[in-house]
Amino acid sequence: MSDRQAERETAAQHAPAAAISFDGVAIDFPVAGGASYPAVTRTDLKVGAHEFVAIVGPTGCGKSTLLNVAAGLLAPSTGQTLVFGAPLVGLNRSAGYLFQQDAVMPWKTARDNVAISLEIAGTARAEALERAQGWLKRVGLSAFGDRYPHQLSGGQRKRVGLAQVLIRDPKVLLMDEPFGPLDAQTRQIMGNLLLDLWALDRKAVLFVTHDLEEAIALSDRVVIMSAGPSARIIGDHAIDLERPRDASEVRLLPRFHELHKAIWGQLRAEVLKAYGEDAG
Amino acid sequence: MNRVTLLLLQALVAVVAIGIWHIGSSVPIGGTYFLPKFFFSTPADVATRVWTLFADGTVKIATCTEPIDLTRLINISAPCFGKTVWQHLLITLIEGLLAFAIGAAAGVAIGFWLARHPLLSAIFDPYIKMLNALPRVVLAPIFLLWLGLGIWSKVALGVTLVFFIVFFNVYQGVKEVSPAILANARMLGMNERQLFRNVYWPSALSWMFSSLHTSVGFAIIGAVVGEYLGSAAGLGYMIQQAEGTFDTTGVFAGMVILAVFVLIIDWFVTLIERRLLVWRPPSAAGQG
Ligand SMILES: Nc1ncnc2c1ncn2[C@@H]1O[C@H](COP(=O)(O)OP(=O)(O)O)[C@@H](O)[C@H]1O
Ligand SMILES: [Mg+2]
Repeated sequence: MSDRQAERETAAQHAPAAAISFDGVAIDFPVAGGASYPAVTRTDLKVGAHEFVAIVGPTGCGKSTLLNVAAGLLAPSTGQTLVFGAPLVGLNRSAGYLFQQDAVMPWKTARDNVAISLEIAGTARAEALERAQGWLKRVGLSAFGDRYPHQLSGGQRKRVGLAQVLIRDPKVLLMDEPFGPLDAQTRQIMGNLLLDLWALDRKAVLFVTHDLEEAIALSDRVVIMSAGPSARIIGDHAIDLERPRDASEVRLLPRFHELHKAIWGQLRAEVLKAYGEDAG
Repeated sequence: MNRVTLLLLQALVAVVAIGIWHIGSSVPIGGTYFLPKFFFSTPADVATRVWTLFADGTVKIATCTEPIDLTRLINISAPCFGKTVWQHLLITLIEGLLAFAIGAAAGVAIGFWLARHPLLSAIFDPYIKMLNALPRVVLAPIFLLWLGLGIWSKVALGVTLVFFIVFFNVYQGVKEVSPAILANARMLGMNERQLFRNVYWPSALSWMFSSLHTSVGFAIIGAVVGEYLGSAAGLGYMIQQAEGTFDTTGVFAGMVILAVFVLIIDWFVTLIERRLLVWRPPSAAGQG
């Protein structure tokens, strides 16, 4: 073993392990006829323990797929995922996952949906309900605890989902286009809510979105994925905007525009490529 | 349309239908009745019969003449003599409820079990389809042979009807749990038992309850058809007895009682359903 190699390894042991680290991850999906579709290839990505990383890419490029790998819901075809330095086997127990689709239980009230996260971990029901009420308050839903999901708006359901995930206090937060179906104003309100909650303890966040402005406004780093098939990471941009930020006001800063211009130049080509594939 | 208008229109349908029946059976047109009394009875006779059946427990349909004896209310092995219409109703109700309870319990258990074991479900699939395609009425004589003239042969017939409805709905309910809800529940840390309680079970129940009207209706149908084909008690038996003596009024009276009985039960089912499916959006909860 060379000295330099040994040196590097000790350094790696001493550096704080990344919350999520994709190590040469590739995902192939089996398709009809025994063939396979290479959705994502050769992906290396590290998300620091207190880092907010956004993944942006054209639709269908494999963003959700990558989050599913980070959650342990999907095993990569090659490569591995490290969670705080340990290889991920099975579900990622240190992660909370806010899904792209509505995923709260429609047969439970908002409060029960949040409380169940604690109850399944053994918390007594009375205490779970009390803490759930606290979280509902934090996401601005204190008056809606008794409502069923179908009695809430799309944005309110997302907040229930957020409270449901955050009440478990996960070390890593995976979010898949959480504000995707919401209107522009609600998205910005939700963005600010997320930033406020994140500022409390700065969890590691892997945030998927197709909205570049949202990605820049919220995150520390924006990662660009190429259009599929064989999507991979083609850009990694540090966002040096000051915190605390306001998700809507930050968009007026000149630095925001510089960053947006630089990243958009790269993303545009990929978005066009994805549209071209759809049209052809 | 408001509620009152709707109710008035609904009542109008009944008035017109009964009016036609009355005129056809009681008013000669050109010297003939187009609904002869012997075949169609008359609304007034049927109403009087229903009234006397309920008002005076000692007046029995056909030849039953003994007074009410509450201690023998559900002693169904006794012959018809001594049974009031209340007893017949009660017996049909008990048979229907037992058929529903047993059929639903078996449907839920087996539906769950097969939905969670795809291999078993693939093996049993053709047999389940085969049994379900069988017209259940042909089973009635076999059940009579096996279980006798008492309530259990009727319960068995009802069970074969209820079971498949509940089974298919529960199976579907477990299979069609939204993958997102399931993945979310897993990520929240639920183990298999917790998933069963918080995800599969409510989903399956909601499917089952959406078919509650149908399955309760079938439980009653099973009971009545079973009674009709061979028994000593129940609404089906009452109607069958009246038919045996060409007592058209008795047959129609039995049918009216049966219809009202089913309406009342259906109304209870609606109440239960409203309570249990509060979480459903109104458009989906009203289906049955
Ligand atoms: N289970 C699957 N089987 C086959 N192909 C899949 C499956 N899941 C996703 N894909 C494909 O992988 C690609 C990436 O999907 P996804 O990660 O959902 O994209 P997005 O970036 O929009 O979230 C798409 O082309 C999609 O069709
Ligand atoms: Mg997606």
